[in-house]
Amino acid sequence: MTHPYLPLTDADRQAMFEALGISDISQLFADIPDDVRLKRDLHLPEGLSEAELLKTLQAFAQKNRSTESLIHFLGAGAYDHIIPAVVDAVIARSEFYTAYTPYQPELSQGGLQAMFEFQTMIASLTGMDAATSSHYDAHTALAEATLLSLRESKRKKIALSPALHPESRSVVRAYTAGWDVDMVHVPLRGGMIDLDALEATLKGGDISALLIQYPNFFGLIEPLDKIATLTQGYGSHLIVMSNPLSLALFQSPGAYGADIVCGDMQPLGIPLNFGGPYAGYFTVKERWLRKVPGRIVGETRDERGRRGYVLTLQTREQHIRREKATSNITSNQALMALASAVAMSAFGPEGLREMAEQNFHKAHYTLAAIEAQTPYRRVYDGLFFNEFLLGLDRPAVDVEQMGLKVGLLPGLPLSRLFPKTEAPEELADQWERLLLIAVTEKRTRVEIDALVAFLKQVANGEHESQIKPQIELEINDEGWRALKNDEAHGTSKQSDEEGQKA
Amino acid sequence: MKQEAFPLIFERGGKGRRAFKLPSLDVPEVEAREKERYSAYFRTEAPLLPEVSEPELIRHYTGLSNRNFGVDTGFYPLGSCTMKYNPKINEKIARLPGLTDLHPYQPEETVQGALKLMYELKTMLAEITGMDDFTLQPAAGSHGEFTGLLIIRAALEAEGKKRRKVIAPDSAHGTNPASVSMAGFEAVSIPSDERGRVDLRALKDALDDDTAALMLTNPNTLGLFESDIVEIVEAVHAVGAYVYYDGANLNAIMGKSRPGDMGFDVVHLNVHKTFSTPHGGGGPGAGPVGVKAHLTPYLPLPRIEREGAEKGEARYTLIYNAPKSIGRVRGFAFSFGVLVRAYSYIRALGGKGLKQVSEDAVLNANYLLSRLKEAYDLPYPGPVKHEFVLSGSRQKAHGVRTLDIAKRLMDFGFHPPTIYFPLIVEEALMIEPTETETKETLDAFAEALLTIAREAATTPEVVKGAPQSTPVGRLDEALAARKPVVVYRPDKERS
Repeated sequence: MTHPYLPLTDADRQAMFEALGISDISQLFADIPDDVRLKRDLHLPEGLSEAELLKTLQAFAQKNRSTESLIHFLGAGAYDHIIPAVVDAVIARSEFYTAYTPYQPELSQGGLQAMFEFQTMIASLTGMDAATSSHYDAHTALAEATLLSLRESKRKKIALSPALHPESRSVVRAYTAGWDVDMVHVPLRGGMIDLDALEATLKGGDISALLIQYPNFFGLIEPLDKIATLTQGYGSHLIVMSNPLSLALFQSPGAYGADIVCGDMQPLGIPLNFGGPYAGYFTVKERWLRKVPGRIVGETRDERGRRGYVLTLQTREQHIRREKATSNITSNQALMALASAVAMSAFGPEGLREMAEQNFHKAHYTLAAIEAQTPYRRVYDGLFFNEFLLGLDRPAVDVEQMGLKVGLLPGLPLSRLFPKTEAPEELADQWERLLLIAVTEKRTRVEIDALVAFLKQVANGEHESQIKPQIELEINDEGWRALKNDEAHGTSKQSDEEGQKA
Repeated sequence: MKQEAFPLIFERGGKGRRAFKLPSLDVPEVEAREKERYSAYFRTEAPLLPEVSEPELIRHYTGLSNRNFGVDTGFYPLGSCTMKYNPKINEKIARLPGLTDLHPYQPEETVQGALKLMYELKTMLAEITGMDDFTLQPAAGSHGEFTGLLIIRAALEAEGKKRRKVIAPDSAHGTNPASVSMAGFEAVSIPSDERGRVDLRALKDALDDDTAALMLTNPNTLGLFESDIVEIVEAVHAVGAYVYYDGANLNAIMGKSRPGDMGFDVVHLNVHKTFSTPHGGGGPGAGPVGVKAHLTPYLPLPRIEREGAEKGEARYTLIYNAPKSIGRVRGFAFSFGVLVRAYSYIRALGGKGLKQVSEDAVLNANYLLSRLKEAYDLPYPGPVKHEFVLSGSRQKAHGVRTLDIAKRLMDFGFHPPTIYFPLIVEEALMIEPTETETKETLDAFAEALLTIAREAATTPEVVKGAPQSTPVGRLDEALAARKPVVVYRPDKERS
């Protein structure tokens, strides 16, 4: 058979059979015992041409409602941010995306250097000394950080905050299934870790690490300075999972002395992708550089003294150390880390800070407008970045359904993520009525006002059918209109001339 | 590839340059009094990020891409990695807005197309492998191994068995023993026999009531089919242990033989190998895990299911609750963007196409081997499946190491094969051509390796001095590891 992906023709195959001294292909499969040979065709649909394939997949795509066709305030670990066009232009270069792990550095300097640059950027953002070249996602990076702490401390208990992403808790539990480890949940106070309870937990001197999220799952800025002093004072490690965008605005965990800072690069240059692929990052202080899991790129010289890059400290890794490796990870998320590096390069220090500030201002504006115009209130009053928890007067999933009818997703009903039985104690009573709202720089004032108007209508008990239909997103043509008006009045040219005179 | 010094992005640009413009802020700023509450928490020192304009940024990364070799650049016969061509239509499909701009927590009724796609993919993977159900959650092959071992751990616990040992042959991928340790088991290595296959006696000696599982790659890393597979599986099952299939080499047997029919209980696949999703310079991949019916209760969450199909109103849903599940091994549901490409690939080939893929991959490997076996040692005879392992021991006698041969191949325009693996072959060269290469490419590559074999005997210094055609020469890996420099510091230059 011929197929565009398969270059061998029947004539090629025949020539190769002759070279091998065989008459047909079955002779090369003769070593497969008869009892395990598949004697029928695979039950799969017939192969498709490119045009048919595109049409088929477009039909799948059309059965989804993309975030671009909705007004949405979803976050909870995956955020809808602006992605500069340069990101896709770079990662679509096939020299990058069709390569593999750079085992042969002379042929892979481009990818290696890009990873080295990525490591530099993320380590600087987190305030740490060193970074790996990527992990699967924030959650597995946190789980691997936990394993690193357990190996180093020889202790058998992990303390965690209930304000950690629920999926992170679940992943850490799965990763430590074979490690005979106890997980201690430190209670919350006001949505953040209760420092007295934390101290009581740490006092026993048997906690390997505290796992904390910053900003936490409810969007709050935990007091990392106090937490670090307490945790490390009792000889435990501090592992912080952090949204890298927030670190352009808020003090880095590294500055507070965190032992490991990890998280997800998704907010910086990676599309939502229905949950993946994203890229986990993993950063440490110098003393743990030789203990970390995952690939690291290091600078070196070639025989003529030229600067170059290689995968380094490989004796930590599975292909050399096998069962004694610091992790089993090999393939990581290199291309997604590259996407993030390109995005960070485009933003620059000032652009990234401005972007973080816009998130901060827009989220605070949203909350203020909701609290001014509706009876709904924020559950916690702590400091926050771009996400907050809102208490409703009815099940949040019902409100979500009402919003969906008009093309608006008002946030994430927490009860969809996990059941009341697993909720932090202080939230259990109102669990069904909680909405986690994220506001990024992409949400316009028009969209935010639509959310507020919607919640107002919900609160007023207006019938579903009366809820305002989806607003038409306007094309930004104010500048164009202004120009046309000027032309109509013949002022445009005139003012130019005046400008020149001046 | 040009040979010239290439600056870091931090060494380009200038203060105040940027390649990004935000829309202007269209809401009022947080009031000063409110902002004051935050002042102690704001960052005081700017991070070290590049300051470049858009044209500079693009020149930088285009320059880097020109210093990188991919499958689209040329032949990339990295053994056990299945570096096949990545179809371009899949890149276009994966970028459809209806597939990329989806939030993982959107209500299910807004993502029915995406869920249906994933449901169909897991159904097709089950058919290809002969397994009963699949999880699409694992993010990579070794992540799949880890997931599979956690499933086995949970199943054994449910059976009231406390078992510690997981056996793998000495030819296994390094990820196997590493995953074993991570899952809290003890790795036990058994020797291969003189045919390069599982030594049945050694296996039976190692099996006991402390054995949790055997991990096996079939065809194995030497490219050889484990022809005793039926007996191997029976022996493992006889002691109440599970058999795990490392799917790294599935490209050899699609439509020919299925791990499920061989008796494997758990299977992981590498969609970035077998199903052509791009390797991305090291990832992202995906490592779906298939199980037989008796292990489905332990699959990770969330699971994707179909409801109401019998009433003609199929609805796809994610199940977040299953009491026996091992829980979650990652955030969100799966690496959707990767899996979309795998789905497209399978639909483009169909059942007959996938079988042809495996036949051509095996034919290419055997043909290439036939052209090389006079000049290089072949410790374990074929016929092979999709890859083969040569030894550079004959060349070593001339003082030329396999590393030298690999570097010399670069000067002929080829990416070297995997080297020094598997560990049981001295000076190993592990070559996997894949089905997407022409006979002409295989001939040219064979000619290059034959030339290098002659050079090794006559002008070994040429081989040892390679590569000469790359942007940098051989790099000092010992220096990199001795005094690690893993981030750029403007104030510190390596001397």
